Amino acid sequence: MKFGVVVFPGSNCDRDCFYVIQDVLKQPVEFIWHKQSQLNGFDCIVIPGGFSYGDYLRCGAIARFSPVMKPVIDFAYEGGLVLGICNGFQVLLESGLLPGAMLRNRDLNFICKYVYIRIENNMTSFTNLYKKGDILKIPIAHYEGNYYIDENDLKTLEENKQVVFRYCSREGDIKPEANPNGALGNIAGIANKEGNVLGMMPHPERCSENELGSGDGFLVFKSIVSWLERK
Amino acid sequence: MVKTAVYRTLGLSDSEYKKILDILGRKPSPTELAMFSVEWSEHCGYTRSRKLLQLLPKTGKYQVLIGEDSGGIIIDDFIVVFKMESHNHPSQVEPKQGAATGVGGIIRDIFTTGAKPIASLDSLRFGPLNDPYNRYLLRGVVDGIQFYGNCLGVPTVGGEIYFDESYSGNCLVNAMSIGIVKKENLARGRAFGVGNSIIYVGSSTGRDGISGCSVLASQEFKGEEEKRPSVQIGDPFTEKCLIEATLEALQTGHIVGIKDMGAAGLTCSASEMAEAGDSGVEIELQHVPRREENMEPWEVMMSESQERMLACIKKGNEQEIIHIYEKWDLHAVVIGHVIKKKVIRVKDNGNKVAEIDPNALANAPLYDMPYSKPEYLDELNSFDVSTVSEPADFSSALIMLLSSPIIASKKWVYEQYDHMVQTNTIVLPGSDAAVLRLKGTNKAIAAVTDCNSRYCLLNPYRGAQIAVAEAARNLVCSGAEPAAVTDCLNFGNPEKPDRFWQFKNCVEGITDVCKFFNIPVVSGNVSFYNESPKGPINPTPTIGMIGIIDDASKVCVQYFKKEGDIIILLGECGGELGGSEYLKLIHGTVKGDAPELNLNREMSVQQTALEAVRNGLIHSAHDCSEGGLAAAVAESCISSDDMIGARIELENGNERTDALLFGESQSRIIISCSKQNLSRIEKIADKYNALLTVIGRTGGNELEIYRNDSRIISLPLSNLHDAWAGALEKSLKEG
Repeated sequence: MKFGVVVFPGSNCDRDCFYVIQDVLKQPVEFIWHKQSQLNGFDCIVIPGGFSYGDYLRCGAIARFSPVMKPVIDFAYEGGLVLGICNGFQVLLESGLLPGAMLRNRDLNFICKYVYIRIENNMTSFTNLYKKGDILKIPIAHYEGNYYIDENDLKTLEENKQVVFRYCSREGDIKPEANPNGALGNIAGIANKEGNVLGMMPHPERCSENELGSGDGFLVFKSIVSWLERK
Repeated sequence: MVKTAVYRTLGLSDSEYKKILDILGRKPSPTELAMFSVEWSEHCGYTRSRKLLQLLPKTGKYQVLIGEDSGGIIIDDFIVVFKMESHNHPSQVEPKQGAATGVGGIIRDIFTTGAKPIASLDSLRFGPLNDPYNRYLLRGVVDGIQFYGNCLGVPTVGGEIYFDESYSGNCLVNAMSIGIVKKENLARGRAFGVGNSIIYVGSSTGRDGISGCSVLASQEFKGEEEKRPSVQIGDPFTEKCLIEATLEALQTGHIVGIKDMGAAGLTCSASEMAEAGDSGVEIELQHVPRREENMEPWEVMMSESQERMLACIKKGNEQEIIHIYEKWDLHAVVIGHVIKKKVIRVKDNGNKVAEIDPNALANAPLYDMPYSKPEYLDELNSFDVSTVSEPADFSSALIMLLSSPIIASKKWVYEQYDHMVQTNTIVLPGSDAAVLRLKGTNKAIAAVTDCNSRYCLLNPYRGAQIAVAEAARNLVCSGAEPAAVTDCLNFGNPEKPDRFWQFKNCVEGITDVCKFFNIPVVSGNVSFYNESPKGPINPTPTIGMIGIIDDASKVCVQYFKKEGDIIILLGECGGELGGSEYLKLIHGTVKGDAPELNLNREMSVQQTALEAVRNGLIHSAHDCSEGGLAAAVAESCISSDDMIGARIELENGNERTDALLFGESQSRIIISCSKQNLSRIEKIADKYNALLTVIGRTGGNELEIYRNDSRIISLPLSNLHDAWAGALEKSLKEG
């Protein structure tokens, strides 16, 4: 089993993801430089958070044209597991692997804080060790996390159970007050129809050790391992 | 119209110009004149401050290492490098870019030592928020810090925000950065080895920021002049790539020295690297990457375009280094080499435009400035507290204090900063100190900035001592042993004797207290000329302090954790009100003297708290500062998601109730612990001779404070929280 963490110029959560996979999850992991145009032997690709290419133009808009994205897209179409976190989620949206788009946060501020999210679908490669309805305490840190999708596509998304995480209150209620950024339907993370590509705004790598205040995100990484082992 | 001599417009005095003539034995070229003007400015040359700065202690509990641009302490096999620097005037002129480039500049000072930047803190000061321009400044500065710091992936974990009339017209932005480097990988800012190459890396050079340090930073704001063109523009994405590329390039071992092109740009980096390496450097300006056409040689030498650095590379290894920078899509160009003659020689298209001894540039003339005690001080100090009456309702006074922007929650600010990236922040902003674990070890470091400038106005010597003592106390509350200081000394015009008197007393105060605690000052920065037409800022010697935690599992936070815990006061209430936030907010006066500071008492309180935290005996520890005992207890009740009430019973004698509740006596810490640990904590307090008083219990949904059995404060937690949590944002909206 081998993980790969993509490094764009401006990625800044690449080392954090690498650390969790190598030192907490204890799995083999390599960095993948964005100029690489081939991928060999990876079982899961993580596109980390940060400001790829300075997020100039639009978050993720330049990164999608990076040489590495072609093999990543091919890998995803072949059923490979791709996890996009924060800026990685934005890159997945820009590259068409996931539907929808990100708007600026409702209050037009960068927000870094702990929030709560609820597991809406625990049948994916990334959430299979959670129970449906589990509530996670997890940090967000973004300026553009206000998820948007048009009405028809939202319907499809819901019907296919592609909404994986929603922002919720501490008690697990999905309500406007628990929505930090204005995302449609409190959506915090979605998967593709096949369930092998996941994008999420919250940072599971920042809450994979209790020492940091929450270990609730670790099962995202563990779920991947469990999924790959069963495959 | 008489034309002012060019050297005067560059900020040089007549006598300095004469000295330049003596050094060169001829008239300087325009480029040489420009180079002298920046290197001999207060900002680069510390002409007026250096003599006093030599007093500051450079040794302490941990081994100290002082580099060209920053300093640090050695812990086991790594070095914690840190420094704080001001970017006040640029921020007053253009808050977003001023603050952003302040963050960028200080972080470059850290990673040019080979250290990976692991955290930033920012100490910010503005005029009152009822003035729309001050609101604009606060919003702009916070925006600049988040814009730059978040993109870099360096967490902004702490700092402070103060408001005072004296900062209207001259805000303060002091940025601190901390980095970690393995001992063997430490890099220096010097050039030597005849024939070695000088390479320029990073962004191209434009006309931005020309004379920023001599014109903007070394003069006071007088009126309406347009200084915006002297502010640089930051590009955090380039800096992020520069950090990665530089840390990678340093791994090759081919870099002899490397230095940021910060204030005074190429002039400063080239001449100071030559000076530090006791060698000569020749550069050819035609090789310098440009973003503007037809730049004069002196403009290239003076430009403060951001995200640029200069490195000295071992001959023959240039391509390997250039390749690393190009991998990150950055410029890297050989622009010169180390020469035998000890001069900095600048050529433009082969024509020599400057040749100066780097020692002459580096050794700016030093001045003994006249000083005298300000006349107003005796009147301020002789304030008689009995002339103010006690409030009828202490509960509403407490609510007012908690909603003062100085005391209120700074969540609106720190939630805009990424304070968790790098996954080391184990105590998040909102406690006494931020704590960062050091991966791969059991250790952690705690960091804090502190200065109450009102105390420094009323009593500069003691005020500066209190800034150091309180910073140390904050660290102790988190479980860290205070280890080392960086200082950012913000003052008015040093040419005015009353301002220089403040500076002198503050430096002496820091010196004496640091010696007492055995804490070295490893780096720092002086910012003079912080004046607006209304007058000088309060003397503001901002202290940045680092503490070491040996066992990262034993850290402590400021908020109560359990119902039914015992609440302890370490230290004693002195009944003082001078310089307090209470006096300012409720009675509209900044008078009296700064609170007393008994260093022995301070030490015993700190030792007691630290040992109690290290032994895992306590659940929370919080320093009593602005707003006094009542505000400190209230903060312990409401600053976590799980609020816990408290019942406090005070049995003090005859002092005023307002002084008991809101006075800002020093050397006090509020602790909570389970009942069974009380006797062990008492033993520790006995050992260190610290006064310990059990003052109450946690629990319930209210904060109640009794004095000699009569209830003087009774407030539901939700009221306290509402007043404290949203006040800053409310002030920003409404003024």
